[in-house]
Amino acid sequence: MEALLHQVLAGLATGGIYASLALALVMIYQATHLVNFAQGEMAMFATYFAWSLINAGMPYWPAFLLTVVFAFVLGVVIERVIIRPVENAPVLAVVVVFIALLVILNSVTGWIFSYTIKTFPSPFPAEPIFGNYITSHGGGAIGVTLVVLLLLYLFFRFTPLGLALRAAAQNPDSARLVGIRVGWMLALGWGLAAAIGGVAGMMVAPIVFLDPNMMGGVLLYAFAAALVGGIDNPAGAVFGGFLVGVLENVLGAFVIGNELKLAVALVLIIGVLVVKPSGFFGKVLVTRV
Amino acid sequence: MSRRQVLLIAIVLLAACALPFVVSSYRTFQLTMALVYSIALLGLNMLTGYNGQISLGHGAFYAIGAYAAAILMEHFGWPYWATIPVAAAVCLVAGFLFGLPALRLEGLYLALATFALAVSLPALLKYHHLEPWTGGVQGIVILKPDPPFGLPIDADQWLYYFTLAVAVLMFVLAWNLLRGRMGRAMVAIRDQHIAAEAMGIHTAMVKSMTFGISAMYTGVAGALGAIAIQFVAPDSFNIFVSIMFLVGIVIGGLASISGAVYGALFIQFVPNIADAISKAAPWAIFGIFLLGFVYLMPTGVAGAVRMAVARLTRKAHNQPKS
Amino acid sequence: MAAFLEVLKLHAAYGPTRVLHGIDFAMDEGTITTLLGANGAGKTTTLRALCGMVKTQGEVRFAGERIDGKATEDVVRKGIAHVPDGRGTFVNLTTEENLRLGAYTRKDRDAVESDLERVYGYFPRLKERHAQQAGTLSGGEQQMLAVSRALMLRPRLMLLDEPSFGLAPLIVQELFEILRTVNEKEKVSMLVVEQNAAMALELADHAYLIETGRIVLSGTADQIKKDDAVRRSYLGY
Repeated sequence: MEALLHQVLAGLATGGIYASLALALVMIYQATHLVNFAQGEMAMFATYFAWSLINAGMPYWPAFLLTVVFAFVLGVVIERVIIRPVENAPVLAVVVVFIALLVILNSVTGWIFSYTIKTFPSPFPAEPIFGNYITSHGGGAIGVTLVVLLLLYLFFRFTPLGLALRAAAQNPDSARLVGIRVGWMLALGWGLAAAIGGVAGMMVAPIVFLDPNMMGGVLLYAFAAALVGGIDNPAGAVFGGFLVGVLENVLGAFVIGNELKLAVALVLIIGVLVVKPSGFFGKVLVTRV
Repeated sequence: MSRRQVLLIAIVLLAACALPFVVSSYRTFQLTMALVYSIALLGLNMLTGYNGQISLGHGAFYAIGAYAAAILMEHFGWPYWATIPVAAAVCLVAGFLFGLPALRLEGLYLALATFALAVSLPALLKYHHLEPWTGGVQGIVILKPDPPFGLPIDADQWLYYFTLAVAVLMFVLAWNLLRGRMGRAMVAIRDQHIAAEAMGIHTAMVKSMTFGISAMYTGVAGALGAIAIQFVAPDSFNIFVSIMFLVGIVIGGLASISGAVYGALFIQFVPNIADAISKAAPWAIFGIFLLGFVYLMPTGVAGAVRMAVARLTRKAHNQPKS
Repeated sequence: MAAFLEVLKLHAAYGPTRVLHGIDFAMDEGTITTLLGANGAGKTTTLRALCGMVKTQGEVRFAGERIDGKATEDVVRKGIAHVPDGRGTFVNLTTEENLRLGAYTRKDRDAVESDLERVYGYFPRLKERHAQQAGTLSGGEQQMLAVSRALMLRPRLMLLDEPSFGLAPLIVQELFEILRTVNEKEKVSMLVVEQNAAMALELADHAYLIETGRIVLSGTADQIKKDDAVRRSYLGY
């Protein structure tokens, strides 16, 4: 029983990280109907930025904040420069652009920082503080995730800019008619998504260690989470993230062994796509012939 | 096909046959790999270029073909040439079976599903219950085949000719398929899915068959590749193999048979040149070329060649007769 | 004296298909003008052309300034509010959120609050449903919402695209009366595109008739009402 609780709590901790990345994916999907295959690499790149700052002597939390800003700017620039030209292009062109982005970020990181694995510090104490059920970093990661989610919720619900972002994502034509600059809203959305991804990267790096390929598996879990929750539903993405995290840990520890943990994500992705593409909470899309 | 095209292909084939005698052993091996990739790219191009189904996971079929060849040779003592048809058959079935649920997935979602497959593949291949067959993390080592009948060429050269023969066969089959009813149906489905259905094309059957055939081609390439490299291991079949194939068909040219050759040459030789700069450089170059081609030359090298030829022939036709 | 809204030799096309073939018309400030015509005549395209939503050639002048070629978001900031056909409601946002979006470009927060109250005054049903998801409102209520959202801009000119579409005649009457009131009390000029010629001519001061992308008739609403050809083709008697 104790072992189960252990796994569930650990699952919630990583689940929070998946939830953050899944939320980033959903935000971009809602605004553009596109799946950002490069979301993981963007997060990884931001995490390396944080590592450089910390390595140069900056204390953790200022480096954290600066990285969030950096990730935000990175997201905006990528949207305006790389994505905008193919906004209305056929699906294959867009997928290729995303893959190119993934590849460029991955290789540039390897070029600048080399492929040797590095450690990334956690801001939370090394000793477990919640009894022996969960590491402090795990608990801290859950906390950080919840804070980020709360801030986002407040932003979207209660600020005029958040309202404008929602409007631009849902109905760009009408948004233009009330004077919203839809292009910049898209860039803003990408910036926010990238910032969230950066936070996720910094939370996961202490666990899986920093290396250019560290986000591959995390991205897959995030995809699974976003699909399970409904690819166009932010709250669903969060729910999906925690669910996938717990499933991964519990199934990995007790049922299928740790090697096949990633297969859980694969099965979830294909299963949801084939059986119920709208996930738990998404809207069912009806295509008119 | 025009007489001029036939002549051109004959010249190219002749040159291809002469190559192993004028270049080094290592270069011959590289050319063999280029042939292997061209078969794989032909497979992927059929699915994505001609039929519009985006696959980011063709590395999986490449791996299945490779492991099929390795397992048959290592555990059952089969001769290398016999493993090719088996790899083809296994991947044909595997591709068709994957194509069935894929019917429900469009564009982005299919890309996502195949992406997931490719990312989780190394982990699946390392699964310890399969270790007796797959050799686990270490993989399987296989022996390079000797030239038959005591021919006066070395093993690398023999392997090159063997691969060339298989490649020619596969290309001819593909050419036949694509310009026939099946090929037209594939393109019709890509361009106007609903109209194709309304016209009486059995879209589900065509799409699944295309998946199967495409997987078969890539599987054959995988088997040939395994024999050439003499080694299979899980970590060689990660997501970047699938991405490399995508790079190949975009650069080479979608919906084009010659594109498979251009693309294969690109993905085989660019890393060689770029490796000198840095380990990361090849992929950075792949990425930049991908972007460049999408923005500037979406029809790929094959498309550019086609346009250049068209312009030259137009000029020739417009020569005033004095 | 320069007209309030002036359109000179306006051409518009969707890709290769030409829809407007050089139309000219003008509006004075404070008036209601209606643009009549059958389906496909180019009425909606005219409004979209004014807002930069379609490729155009020719001149459009608003209060003396050229606005052709400007992006939609910039045209809005000149004080032109467009109520599109299909209403363009933000269906997943609440009624009140829809209304507040109408005032997105405004900086005078207090005036926005009082405008919100005024709009609720015109359409009490919207106030009742202010926290409801806009997509669950009835057709008539969504039309009221669309008009109100436009009013929240405090526009100088309102463009309305077939406001009567799909609405029961009594509701249309109610709506048009409110439009008249808004025009008179708040001096909002209106350009109303309509297929329902009878009701539009009751509401408007001036009218233009457009057929296959060309203006074929113009005059005061009374004149047009009495025109034989119009009576037969568009008024049914």
